[in-house]
Amino acid sequence: MPPIPSPTPGAPALTVRGLSVDFATDHGLVRAVRSVDLDVAPGELVALLGESGSGKSVTARSVLGLAGAGAEVSADVLEVGGTPVLGLSPDGLRRIRGERVGLVMQDALSALNPVLTVGEQIAEILRVHRGVGRRAATARATELLALVGIPAPARRVRDHPHQFSGGMRQRILIAMAIALEPELLIADEPTTALDVTVQAQVLELLDDLRHRLGMAVLLITHDLGVVMETSDRVAVMYAGRVVETGPTTEVLSSPRHPYTEALLRSVPSRAGRDRLLTIPGSPPSPTAVPPGCSFHPRCRLAVEHCRDVRPDLLTVLPGRAAACHRSDELVEEVRDVVTVG
Amino acid sequence: MSSPSAEVRAAGGEPVLEAEGLVKTFRAGSVLRPERVRAVDGVSLSLRPGEVLGVVGESGCGKSTTARMLVGLDAPDGGRLLYRGEDVTRLRVRDRRLLRRGVQMIFQDPYSSLDPRMSVADLVTEPLAANRRGDRRSRRSRAGELLELVGLDPSAMNRYAHQFSGGQRQRIGVARALALDPDVLVCDEPVSALDVSVQAQVVNLIDDLRRTLGVAVVFIAHDLSVVEHVADEVAVMYLGRVVEHGPADAVFSAPTHPYTRALLSATPSVEVADRGRLGRRRLLKGEPPSPLDPPTGCTFHPRCWLADERCSAEVPLLRRPDAVGLPLVPTARAACHHAEALLTEETAATPA
Repeated sequence: MPPIPSPTPGAPALTVRGLSVDFATDHGLVRAVRSVDLDVAPGELVALLGESGSGKSVTARSVLGLAGAGAEVSADVLEVGGTPVLGLSPDGLRRIRGERVGLVMQDALSALNPVLTVGEQIAEILRVHRGVGRRAATARATELLALVGIPAPARRVRDHPHQFSGGMRQRILIAMAIALEPELLIADEPTTALDVTVQAQVLELLDDLRHRLGMAVLLITHDLGVVMETSDRVAVMYAGRVVETGPTTEVLSSPRHPYTEALLRSVPSRAGRDRLLTIPGSPPSPTAVPPGCSFHPRCRLAVEHCRDVRPDLLTVLPGRAAACHRSDELVEEVRDVVTVG
Repeated sequence: MSSPSAEVRAAGGEPVLEAEGLVKTFRAGSVLRPERVRAVDGVSLSLRPGEVLGVVGESGCGKSTTARMLVGLDAPDGGRLLYRGEDVTRLRVRDRRLLRRGVQMIFQDPYSSLDPRMSVADLVTEPLAANRRGDRRSRRSRAGELLELVGLDPSAMNRYAHQFSGGQRQRIGVARALALDPDVLVCDEPVSALDVSVQAQVVNLIDDLRRTLGVAVVFIAHDLSVVEHVADEVAVMYLGRVVEHGPADAVFSAPTHPYTRALLSATPSVEVADRGRLGRRRLLKGEPPSPLDPPTGCTFHPRCWLADERCSAEVPLLRRPDAVGLPLVPTARAACHHAEALLTEETAATPA
């Protein structure tokens, strides 16, 4: 086997430029992702925020060559730690996965093999990728279980997935994803199926791992609270495109895209007992994305121009970009409300 | 106070639905070693017209089982269920008829809870047909009214559920639940399957119905911020029991049970000022216990930072904490031996 390319020193953990993903279906071509740019630096946690059908999961999976059957992936740049991923052979991709990029999925029960002990499943990764002996692999599996906070790891390493709770299974998936010390961890809605107290533990673990191991994390989520709590930067996706990006605290405190702003306004805790502000309609299906700005049918600031011309993602402030013709009006309006109120 | 909700709430009066010590057990274990698990263990709730009762708790706490008993889908193994003062616990034919008219359920998943082969008109009026109310023509006009009530165009009547988005399907579910003019809507996680931008529409709809129709609502959710927004009263459940019960503002601002405190502190917030809050949260030891083998005494004691010997021996009853030495008179009731200590801790931790 050819050696796995090692990361280029100083390169971002993930660089994506102009990523587009199409699916050929019976109902025609579905344009799931359009011209997405993303950067994740080593040790950085970037959140990809979006609703169902926004293309956030497809974006993340394309990095791993896991966009699915019938997916047509194209990109100007798609690099993990300076290594181009696009055009790699299936075997090359398999080795990038795990070695260089770890993946944690939402449904921990279906992602684990029910007939193998969790120790065997973690050890298998080490034996296949690293050629580690059985005994040493099991010892390392025990260490990993301890690292992700599983009590009594020396005993639990011999247990099967069904013997663990949902939160514990999610920790096991994280242990598997970091077993080969990848430089990038992709976590696709890792806490969506979990209760809040358990979710808090898993988010804390992710945060701890990236600080301790300097791992970059791309977190895919629909939860604004999770984004605010964990991420350094956020990219907001709508209908297959990134519509706003920037440092999390800035984006969520003074959004530059009406969609981000509307999402924030529909969060109940912001409203107190007042009536919730709603976004009319629902997110468009990827098979029927509106022309012009795809958010215009739901946008309260939309003008004729928005119907006809799709806005580009433009820098609005250093480190921040938004794809909206009316971004300045949005800022002015919010400022007016603040000064009047 | 001229808003309709204030009138309805003032009119409140007699409870429409009361549960007293509801118990539900399920068979568990194997054929050789049969066991019974108490999914709901003595839950008491009461609901007045126009009132919204929020029920919160994590998976396995018994909130959905409680909901199923409240609408008569499951018969309780203990306790009493009263609808307008009439005992309907045993779910006799007459009891079921009463409950079906008066108490309706809205389900979590608007994708699987609607029959894909029925038109929207048939879906919405099926409860009327099942109760032999009106003829086909009058039911159709009623369907139009109901759809308008939930904010859908009456022309939706001739279409099928799959032609609608999740939020619209949930509206169809609500219209169907309203067909028999119920007094109570039991909503089991009505928005958790919906996108964030659509959730607010359904939450507002339920709030509107309470105001305009005076219908009482049981709102079950794991998302605390939604419950804080809609509920007048809140019941917090843990392992089949209500551990805290009181006015929503009291429960959310000064929880009297350690578990409520932990739940609140583990909920991520979108406010910049709250960033890093999870790091400062109340850490709970261990995992939620299995209902098959509940801890002795207070079932929360193995995870609680206030627990002492008394907690592992004695089951705490739901009670109003003693107000002596506290700046505010507590209005919520908690099942905790150390509720006073918790409230003092709260006041000490947050200087006014």
